[in-house]
Amino acid sequence: MDLSILWYLVPSVIMFVCGVYGFVTRKNLIAILISLELMLNSADLNFVVFNRFLFPGSMEGMVFTLFSIAIAAAETAIAIAIIINIYRAIGNTDVREINKLKH
Amino acid sequence: MDSVANIILYFVIAIATVVFSFLAVTSRKLLRSATYLLFVLICTAIFYFQLGFQFLGAVQIAVYAGGIMVLFVFSIVLTHKPDQKNAPLESHRRFLGTMCAVAGTVVLLFALFKMPLLNGLSLTECLNSATPITMHDIGTAFTGTNRFQYLLPFEAVSVLLLACIIGGVVVARKR
Repeated sequence: MDLSILWYLVPSVIMFVCGVYGFVTRKNLIAILISLELMLNSADLNFVVFNRFLFPGSMEGMVFTLFSIAIAAAETAIAIAIIINIYRAIGNTDVREINKLKH
Repeated sequence: MDSVANIILYFVIAIATVVFSFLAVTSRKLLRSATYLLFVLICTAIFYFQLGFQFLGAVQIAVYAGGIMVLFVFSIVLTHKPDQKNAPLESHRRFLGTMCAVAGTVVLLFALFKMPLLNGLSLTECLNSATPITMHDIGTAFTGTNRFQYLLPFEAVSVLLLACIIGGVVVARKR
């Protein structure tokens, strides 16, 4: 039995689909952010798997995943700052309540 | 031919990834959901280690499992009362989400198993044919300007992180 490329792509597909499900159904902003992280993570895993199996001699997938992790960290920090600000203004973090701007 | 230990490790990690990512999006308590996400991130890091990218696995654990999860737990504790459960899902939203998930799974798996591009190499063959990535390679790849070297994106990311720090402070400060 060989571990070929498909074996690694199937968990990644399931991770991505779970992220889509959570993104559509959840109503809390932080829960939506968690689903987003799942989708990002599965995309990162795909980069690395394609790098290893299709181009074993190079490391471009790894470099791209490193940049992706850095940008995901920045994006999460900003999103959490915004969520805390919304909580201060409205009192909860439910997306149904956030339907007006400042004025 | 892959070793038995590799195959067993693969199955443990793959099943853990699937189960925990399902639990992370269906759990009613947000703090549990964040903990399941942490387990998914650690499983992904073990996948990176198994594929031979040790530096990437270490970065994944340090940045994702260490840094981002602390931010998540911090913000959950700041914006939720203890033992607060989320409201149950509306039925049409749950239907829509299930439809999206099932359609996505079918389309992606169909595309995956029909793709002619994929070769049938096993993990051991790929690991044997590749030269191991040393820290020296990673350092020259990030600080050079030749082909396959990435100094400009590296600097751009550092400016982005600075902007992100300033933006986070400005957005979240008290008025």
